[in-house]
Amino acid sequence: MFAPFMVNAWIVATLVAIVAGAVGFFVVLRGSAFVAHAIPNGSFAGAAGATLLGVNVLFGLGVCSLGGALGISALTKRGRSDVATALTLAFLLALGALFLSLGGGYAPAVYSLLFGEVLGISVSQLVPTVVLCLVSLAALALIYRPLLLNSALPESAPSSRVELAFLLVIALATTMTVPVVGTTLIFSLLIGPAATARAFVSRPGVAILVAICIALVIVWVAIGASYLSGWPVGFFVGSLSAVAYATGRAYSALASR
Amino acid sequence: MTATLNPSPVKADPALRVAEASVQIGQRRILDEVSFELTPGTVTGLIGANGAGKTTLLRAILGRQALSRGQIAKHGRIGYVPQKFLLDPDMPLRGRDLVGLGLDGRRFGLPLPSKAKAARVEEALRQVDAQSFADTRVGRLSGGEQQRILLAHALISQPRLLLLDEPLANLDLRSAKEVVTLLSRLAAEHELGVLISAHELNQLLPVMGQVVYLADGRAISGSTDEVIRADVLSLLYRHHVDVLHVHGRVVVVAGEGDQVLS
Repeated sequence: MFAPFMVNAWIVATLVAIVAGAVGFFVVLRGSAFVAHAIPNGSFAGAAGATLLGVNVLFGLGVCSLGGALGISALTKRGRSDVATALTLAFLLALGALFLSLGGGYAPAVYSLLFGEVLGISVSQLVPTVVLCLVSLAALALIYRPLLLNSALPESAPSSRVELAFLLVIALATTMTVPVVGTTLIFSLLIGPAATARAFVSRPGVAILVAICIALVIVWVAIGASYLSGWPVGFFVGSLSAVAYATGRAYSALASR
Repeated sequence: MTATLNPSPVKADPALRVAEASVQIGQRRILDEVSFELTPGTVTGLIGANGAGKTTLLRAILGRQALSRGQIAKHGRIGYVPQKFLLDPDMPLRGRDLVGLGLDGRRFGLPLPSKAKAARVEEALRQVDAQSFADTRVGRLSGGEQQRILLAHALISQPRLLLLDEPLANLDLRSAKEVVTLLSRLAAEHELGVLISAHELNQLLPVMGQVVYLADGRAISGSTDEVIRADVLSLLYRHHVDVLHVHGRVVVVAGEGDQVLS
């Protein structure tokens, strides 16, 4: 499973895990799991549109995830965040359905967008993924303190700029991770490791590092198990995230007794 | 500014000056020409029933609510402790971390370990007597403990003005008394103008140097003896009220409906 064609998979999955662990920490802290579900799923419209037009899928993903983030941000200013998120998601999915039907005969590509194709990552995909990974981590490091403050005390430190910046970070992370683990599974990789880490540590910086470590273990084990068993990577990512979370909850329950 | 003409600018320069501040939202006038000043070193009670405009006034002072008329002049930093803080018990953030964010939470970039910062956090925790629970997750602390952490979070940036929105609302009597004593001590020690909103004034009576009494968006301010009087409050309410003194406590009650003043 360490054959040359697998090297890209290992590298990309590692980067995805690092970004998902760090971004996911704030997603869970802010209770914005729904947004983290909506942006990746909505970005599927971009991928479908890009395929239809014959342009780079990453470009389409980027346009739709950034558009989704901006849409959610704009609508949230004058309304409830869950409603804004739901309508943005529904609109993007509707666009995606249209692009799919116009394109025709696209089912295998859709499947890979939903569940990823980490084993099929090419060298040409590697460079943009690395760049996006570095950009999202740098952006997150830049806004780390204001974002932490705004997440913990939205009442005393309201900041629409910080909120928008974080939505854009989710959009960047989405663009980078969807081709690898798919729209469905990036969701579990954002939430599972971060939610698990909270159970074990009480300091924010440490919790981020633990979340990253858990995400790394999940993707590495998932790729290895998928290679050996022939079962989809996504199955292992999703179930390992759930197992990690259950373990964290059990630990919390035992520790608080 | 005319403060330079004054021989003792610190005293003459209030921490906050609210001048004929009005807020109108649609047809509804939430604040109606509210005026008062906040003196450093004293505790001021912002007293009024629910809906009287207390929160709107605090939001206006914080700059989160635009005035339709009037001015609010502030000097120095403002520390703010919001009313509702329901912190997630599983949030991986210790009291100590939250206090630290009061110091540098608006700066960009990752925080680097700093002895100076740790010392200031420790000092802020000591001021509010929160050292014993500073390493517990904030969401798992009691309401009174969370409030102390938020107070330290506000104090660490060395504000001149401290605003607290209904800090006594969810506290038992004993914790409320402790918080009031603490705030009064902090006001004196740090030359802080402290503004505490409350719908009940008795708990603040022992420490209040000034009261701003709000009713239907109108306000009257002065010492408690000047303001908490039947004739003064009746004018403010535009309705006859009685002020009763019962065992050192004050009760403001509405009079008969036909005794309307105007």
